[in-house]
This record gives sequence, structure tokens and C-alpha cells, in this order.
Amino acid sequence: MAAAQDVRRALRDSLSVGFAAAAMGMAFGVLVTRSGLHWWWATIFASVIFAGSLEFLLLGMVTAVAPLGQVAVAAFLVNFRHVFYALSFPLHRVPGAAAKAYSTFALTDEAYAVTARPEAQAWSRARILWLQAFVHLYWAGSVTLGALGGTLIPPAVNGLDFAVTALFLVLGIDAFRARRDLPAAAVAVACALVGHVVFGEQMLVAALGMFTAFLLARYAIARRRA
Amino acid sequence: MPDTAYLASVVAIAAVVTWTLRALPFALLAPLRASKVVPYLAAGMPVGVMAVLVVHTLRHTTLTTPPHGAPVAIALAATVALHLWRRNLVLSIAGGTAVHVVLASIVFAG
Repeated sequence: MAAAQDVRRALRDSLSVGFAAAAMGMAFGVLVTRSGLHWWWATIFASVIFAGSLEFLLLGMVTAVAPLGQVAVAAFLVNFRHVFYALSFPLHRVPGAAAKAYSTFALTDEAYAVTARPEAQAWSRARILWLQAFVHLYWAGSVTLGALGGTLIPPAVNGLDFAVTALFLVLGIDAFRARRDLPAAAVAVACALVGHVVFGEQMLVAALGMFTAFLLARYAIARRRA
Repeated sequence: MPDTAYLASVVAIAAVVTWTLRALPFALLAPLRASKVVPYLAAGMPVGVMAVLVVHTLRHTTLTTPPHGAPVAIALAATVALHLWRRNLVLSIAGGTAVHVVLASIVFAG
């Protein structure tokens, strides 16, 4: 049967990114419990926001009760990269308003990565939607498991929140490797440190504003020379 | 502790902003393809975003009193070394975090 075959294919495709997602999900769930929130907030964050690195970042912001405006800006900056997924994601294979709504909602890095190969442009609606549903299930499920298990970790264990720092550090190294743009990386670190020293708790918006201004200025100069 | 109304607002705002960024570009594909500055920004932003987020997550680390940020510095070095060596996202994060937990809970435990 064609439908069952699509589900099987979607399951196989999803497993390629599922392990890493599940490992990060468990870590996020543990951190939610350790930050003092009820375990079920982990499930709500994972199911409703469904954007891993933003959820890690929000955890530190909500425990500091950051203003909602800062939350919106952080969400915009951290997830701005998703704007480009529209260029290649095979949404034209997913007819129907509700299906399109779910498919765009669940357009995570993982869904994008699995559908980035050319043959995905011919995948069926069921295969694409099931793939996204499986990734959604791994993320929400592993986050919930981590949150429930996190209560078992003794309070003497400190410093688990370094996982958030390590995540961003590793993603930063990978982003640097993709382009090897040393001046941009140096300016990025400088903007972060200046933002921290000058703006304190408001550093996120200030530092990213400075870095965006640097990129725009460099773009303008390069265009004038060209 | 943040209250339920605040947490629900955070979840709603984060979800709406994220979904808008994922869905709206499908409606704006033509100008996106034509634009040159937007792809330039998209390619250049991740390094900056991640550098700023690393510093942001460490903003409460104190350097003036013992252990002078030593657990964080050592764990950062361990994470970088692991990632340059094995290039495995999960391994680098788990290893770096394990180093930090051991340092913060045992070696430098107040």
C-alpha cells in the first residue's frame, strides 16, 4: 500500500536526524526541570515553539523574567535563518491549507536538512508530513522524558546549564567552518563582548544590532567597489 | 519564579515569530530571490548570532572572585577541542558539559 510505504520512508528519513534531536531534547528537558519550572512546561515549549536553539535560549530569559519585547527580538534573530528554507523546501508537494500550515510550522533545521536533496522535490504529501510529524514527536517526546528524568538528578550536580553554551559554541564553529570568514568572526566576538560590558542584560539586541550594522556596512562598501 | 501568564505569553510570542519566519517567505519568494543583501545577511549572520549567544549564556560568570571563571574557561576549551577533533555535535556538547559539571560540582565546589 502506497500510504504505508510513505510512512515507512518518512520514518527512515527521520531517523537520520532523530538521534541528535533526541539527545538535545533530553538535555533541554533536564534543564527545564533544573531551572525550577514544572516538567510540563518542557512539553509545551517543545510542542508549541518547536525550535530547539530558541527554546534553550528562552530558558535563561524566562528565569530572569526578560521583557516580552526582548523575547520577540531573540526569536526573530535566532530563527531568521529559516527565511531561506522557503527557497528549496518542497511545500508545493503539500496541498491543503491545514497541511501547509503544519508543514511551515514544522519547518525545522532537521526537516530542511532531510528535504535538501533534489529527489525530495518529488516526494508525496504524506511522506513530507509524516517526516515532520516524526521529528516533532522525537523532540517533544525526548524533551518530556528529560524533564521527568531531570527531577531524579541530585541537587549537588551543578553546571548542567553549560550545555546551552556548548550548543551555541559548536553551532558557531560549524557556521565559521562553512564560510571561513575570519574578520566577521572576530567582529562578532568583539560585538558580543562590547555588548556585554556596555549593555549588560540588554546585550542581545545591542550586540546583534552592531554585528548586523557591520555586515550591512561591509556589503555597501563591497558594492561600491564592484 | 515566572508566573503562568508570563510563561504562556513567552511561548505564544516565540511560536508566532518562529512560524512567521518559516511561513511568510513562501509568499514572498520572488523578492527574496531577487534580493542580494538578504542572502548576504543570512550567510553572514550565524557566526555573529552564535558568538553573541555564547557570551549571553555566560553573562553571569564572575571573574573577580575564585575560581575566576576557571570551570567555564576549561569547559569552553574542552568543547572546542572535542569539536575540532571529532566534529560530532552531540559528543562535543555532552563532553564539554561533563567537564563543566565535574569542575563545578567537585573540583571547584564551594
